[in-house]
Amino acid sequence: MITRGFHRRREHDARLPPGQYLEHDFPVLSAGPTPHTPLEEWDLAITGAIDPERKWSWDELQALPREEITVDIHCVTTWSKLDTSWTGVSVDTLLDDVELLGGYVTALCDGGYTTNLPVEDVTGGKAWIAYGYDGDELEPEHGGPARLLVPHLYLWKSAKWVRRLIFSEDDEPGFWETLGYHDRGDPWLEQRYQGD
Amino acid sequence: MSSVTRATDWRLATVARIAPETPRAATLTLDVPGWDGHRAGQHVDVRLTADDGYRAQRSYSIASAPNDGPPQITVVEVDGGEVSPWMVDVARDGDMFEVRGPFGGWFVWDASVTEPVLLIGGGSGLVPLMSMLRGGARARLLVSAREPDDLLYASELPPETIRTYTRHPPRGWTGYARRVDRAMLHDVHLPGARVYVCGSTPFVESVANDLVALGHDPAAIRTERFG
Repeated sequence: MITRGFHRRREHDARLPPGQYLEHDFPVLSAGPTPHTPLEEWDLAITGAIDPERKWSWDELQALPREEITVDIHCVTTWSKLDTSWTGVSVDTLLDDVELLGGYVTALCDGGYTTNLPVEDVTGGKAWIAYGYDGDELEPEHGGPARLLVPHLYLWKSAKWVRRLIFSEDDEPGFWETLGYHDRGDPWLEQRYQGD
Repeated sequence: MSSVTRATDWRLATVARIAPETPRAATLTLDVPGWDGHRAGQHVDVRLTADDGYRAQRSYSIASAPNDGPPQITVVEVDGGEVSPWMVDVARDGDMFEVRGPFGGWFVWDASVTEPVLLIGGGSGLVPLMSMLRGGARARLLVSAREPDDLLYASELPPETIRTYTRHPPRGWTGYARRVDRAMLHDVHLPGARVYVCGSTPFVESVANDLVALGHDPAAIRTERFG
């Protein structure tokens, strides 16, 4: 169905998934206020169906091997941003020498936000705990001090202000996933909402 | 054959009516086959196709009251935008594009909300809040607009609405004439309220941070950020 009088005004890029447009700014999507946790109170833990459980202070996380990551990101609200550069620790590094006893993980964040993912989506070089953006520290409104970064899924899976990765045997829908959004959120399959 | 329509199905919407709201904004009433109402605060996704096959997709908040006939969206033209200029300047009655929804289950209000409600909107952020007001929310409303010509629904806003004009207040204006700040939020504060904040990212970020600094429970603040 062609809409009368509508014409392309934006550049197109083959790296844009269906229904996405190219954004040069960095918009923000959050359900509530931005939390501000002091770094001396901040820690990150992996818990649940995992052996052993582990926890890192801010300084301990900084001491882990860091990676520079350049990726495209895609928000369900239809903007995409190409070649964003991040600094962080691979989730694989956090999971070194631990035994996984479940196939799912829930990211739990300051402010109470949660999102669920299959373990395959956060392992094998596909996910990071990111604390740097574009050569600087990660701004609070973009998820600082640290956020999950899972760039191959819609950005709500890249949970801001992450504090816990809770592993489980069962898939438990997170915040947006219980509010009508898709359980997995693959932008290339345009999995925006439940039923897509 | 089942013909149940799901929210995720794309449907062909027909523009039934267009009403200008401001020099840069218009409200489009959409005839959507099988439309089954919405919750105040929800949005629809729209998809426009050009004659060369190019498609553009966007989300727009619903402005009309829930269960009040065909849905209405209010679109404010974005500088350098692609879809919003079409909606505001080109669209006319009978034009068609694809719609699906309604979507969104967090930034919503219904009559089951028993606590006092404070609505804070900047620019086009007023649109989902208007659906709440039209749906019967008895709320305190604070709106921020650059100038009177930018204020949506000016003639319909409740008389007790608190307005602030950030650039060009009307002649003789004695009300607020600055960006929403902590002192203003202190003035309009409703203890124990559920707060809905909608607008641009800097607007929402600043308002929500100030509310928390004033001691408001972060869990009672729901935000929606536009671009």
